Amino acid sequence: MTATVKYDEVEVGQQIPAADYTVRRLDLVMYAGASGDFNQIHWNERFAKAVGLPDVIAHGMFTMAQGGRFVTDWAGDPGAVVDYGVRFSSMVVVPDDDQGAVITVSGVIEEKLDDKRVVVALTARSGDARVLSKARAVVRLA
Amino acid sequence: MALNRDFVGRTYASTTPYEVSRVKIREFAAAIGDHNPIYRDKEAAQAAGHPDVVAPPTFPIAFSLQSGGEALADPDLGLNFAMVVHGEQRFEYHRPIYAGDELVTSSTITDIRSAGRNELLTVRSDITTVAGEPVCVSYNTIVERGGAA
Repeated sequence: MTATVKYDEVEVGQQIPAADYTVRRLDLVMYAGASGDFNQIHWNERFAKAVGLPDVIAHGMFTMAQGGRFVTDWAGDPGAVVDYGVRFSSMVVVPDDDQGAVITVSGVIEEKLDDKRVVVALTARSGDARVLSKARAVVRLA
Repeated sequence: MALNRDFVGRTYASTTPYEVSRVKIREFAAAIGDHNPIYRDKEAAQAAGHPDVVAPPTFPIAFSLQSGGEALADPDLGLNFAMVVHGEQRFEYHRPIYAGDELVTSSTITDIRSAGRNELLTVRSDITTVAGEPVCVSYNTIVERGGAA
């Protein structure tokens, strides 16, 4: 279990190229089943609007999972992530069409710690909204 | 309606261990759209130095709230689930979660506070193996929209 990115080859301020992740209603149905979170705001438009939301919204944890995917794809090993936290700052609204919504994740090396660990600061956007804030992953590199 | 502050400090332990299966990890990876073979293929995971398939970093959410969920459903807490959205989430990993792990979770409501018109409730969940080995700590803050109004 070793990351493929080497600690000595990473510098503070280094950017990790952005990646786009699509989220459609089908993804939310699958995520509801896999996670056990069946809150109706994530799949029932009628219910979502009745409780004051603009439409069905993605599970926050679905968005956090895309940030996790971004980090593990970069690091090369899911086991390299030693800490991962986010604040959900805006909702990802998922329309009932074939395009769905797009979550764009990018990252920057914010800090180098001891023990070959680095702090990756993540940015996640959907449309005009920043959907995660204070998103940080601590990753142990090779 | 304001949440009942008497719940702060209450701890809820899982009654039965959660058994992590390859099938569940595969299902979770498919649901987040992640095709990494390390989540699906034991040989690929072992080639990368793991004992078995690895769970994605956010996988603990699928089981860690079951014990705390009982608290959130208690009518005395006064939580209106229809108005709940996720506010913050953090995981500290002592080690990766693998297929075959048998995990127990102890969840404590650590904080309830108001922020504007909303009520915020934070649950800390300590996840260990049945043998007591620390695996992960989850910090989960949910927001009840309009709860403090």
